[in-house]
Amino acid sequence: MATAEEVAKAAERRDVRDRWLLSAPALLVIFLAATGPLLIVLIYSFLTPGPYGDVKWQFSPDAWLSVFMERDIFDDTLSLAAAHVTIFWRSIKLAVVTTIATLALGFPTAYFMATRSEKTRDLWLFLITIPFWTNLLIRTFAVLQIIRNEGIINTILIKLGIVSAPVQILYTDTAILIGMAYVYLPLMVLPIYASMEKLDFRLVEAGYDLYATRFKVLRKIIFPLVKPGVIAGSILVFIPALGAYVTPSVLGGGKNMMLSNLIELQFGQGRNWPLGSALSITVMIIVMVALLAYVRNAGKSGVRHG
Amino acid sequence: MNWKTMTAAMGLALLATTGLARADGELNIYNWGNYTSPDVIKKFEAKYNVKVTITDYDSNDTALAKVRQGGTGFDIAVPSQTYVPIWIKEGLVQETDPGKMENFKNVAPEWANPEFDPGRKYSVPWAWGTIGVVVNTDAYKGPADSWGIIFDTPDELKGKTNVVPEMNDVIFAAIKYVGGQQCTDDKTVLKKVRDTLVAAKPNWIAMEYNTIEKMGAGDFKATSDWNGSALRQRLANPAIHYNYPKEGYGLWSDNVVVLKEAKNVENAKLFQNFIMDPENAAGLSAFHRYANAITGSDKYMPADMKDAPEVVIPEAAKAKGEFQKMCAPETQDIYTKIWTELQK
Repeated sequence: MATAEEVAKAAERRDVRDRWLLSAPALLVIFLAATGPLLIVLIYSFLTPGPYGDVKWQFSPDAWLSVFMERDIFDDTLSLAAAHVTIFWRSIKLAVVTTIATLALGFPTAYFMATRSEKTRDLWLFLITIPFWTNLLIRTFAVLQIIRNEGIINTILIKLGIVSAPVQILYTDTAILIGMAYVYLPLMVLPIYASMEKLDFRLVEAGYDLYATRFKVLRKIIFPLVKPGVIAGSILVFIPALGAYVTPSVLGGGKNMMLSNLIELQFGQGRNWPLGSALSITVMIIVMVALLAYVRNAGKSGVRHG
Repeated sequence: MNWKTMTAAMGLALLATTGLARADGELNIYNWGNYTSPDVIKKFEAKYNVKVTITDYDSNDTALAKVRQGGTGFDIAVPSQTYVPIWIKEGLVQETDPGKMENFKNVAPEWANPEFDPGRKYSVPWAWGTIGVVVNTDAYKGPADSWGIIFDTPDELKGKTNVVPEMNDVIFAAIKYVGGQQCTDDKTVLKKVRDTLVAAKPNWIAMEYNTIEKMGAGDFKATSDWNGSALRQRLANPAIHYNYPKEGYGLWSDNVVVLKEAKNVENAKLFQNFIMDPENAAGLSAFHRYANAITGSDKYMPADMKDAPEVVIPEAAKAKGEFQKMCAPETQDIYTKIWTELQK
């Protein structure tokens, strides 16, 4: 006859087993949905392009070679893929600058929100989330209406007599940055606000009492305490900004390719699906490396402040 | 019910499913966006008691990729002539033999036996047009019948010129501009093409599809474009003119095919026949603003299209038009590289 302890143990084992069995379908779906498509992308990147899109089931490392190296169209010499490097660099630069711009705008915004009274805070939070109700494309076109030659800004400037001819903002790098900062700002504000809300403002007062300057309080007290929010916000902005597609092509005029356009070209008119797959995986690797570096760095300095 | 009436009823029912009732039901059309006249569709629905559903695509490649995956539920698609041979070769379309359909007699002779579908075994003409240069004459008064507007932009248009980023069209135009043949793989010609494009790009303001609105609003003063789009721009602003480049310009046509996986084949065939009727073809043109290939449709055409220089090619320019073809995959590969270099 089993002791009470054994019975309890068996029951527990059964319980654990049941839980696994019950969650197995969900786990399986998540596993397949997360890794399945990626696996296909990975496999495709090692195949031969079909003549009119699609792939031929024939192993070929060409796609990966042409991510980094290119054979000159005219003299057949092999060299570093300058075009790809330029495009990668442009996208990374844009993502970094967007992150910095949204941080510069988002940090004060979050601070402002967190220092309001409890009731009005909810209102501000609500206002920040409003843009999410509208489609990204529509928000981008709204920015276009504001900055175009016959748009709101130029009309006002001309009416006021400040300029005589419209200032060309649309189709410049400035236009792309304005659009990107606007579109991604909420993603920066919300996590910083979440950290800022928990900030104990008595610490700030204590800092002032100990004759810290405003800048010192910001640097030594506020910033370290909301750092997790800043990191989360930066990640949330950087990753989608790296793959941004709509905003740069609508506001930048599509003259200069971004990473996403380059990948799209391979699946569309370029008809080189393996190269498109290889480029996609390269982007993933870049994001992963950047994230790892960032998180490790942030973790190290975070420890100091406990 | 006795045995005799039951057989009769069953026989009738069988007849009904194969005969009369086959026109009832549905038709799923997969077509370019903003391209299908709602009025003509309504007429088709009323005439054959069919419910039509239209789904949009934005490029030949999107359409091809999606249909190739299968299981789309579409009955009809409208690929361009460069793609029709691929659709046929890949076994995506079925031989409905429009050449033997009742209304085929209306198809203009020059469209009855095209190179991309000899004998019209699969496809029915939907629309055709040209690719040329559009200029706002308020900004530039000089001669504009040349790709030079795009590739050697005059000072007045510098920083105000747009290029529609259709890779094959742009490369075609650049090849013509440097004096080559379409689909050439001659490296000396292609090198000139690359250099011309790279040198021209700083003078462009953008590479965008959205020309109707941007030319109208004055963001662009010149652009490469399709003729129907140019017509819509001129109707909005009479100073905007369409030009046929003297170096040679591209001709295109879109064609209605029935998919192999179509579930409503009979309705799809009815639709193919339906749009070869002159009045219906004119109805389609009135909406998408391109010419159709149907003789006798003129008298139903809207007044502002009858003599429009965008639709009716002037005699002098006729000889310069050339049907664009699908280039060999290896050639296409070089073009993609030039294109990437242009846009890097």
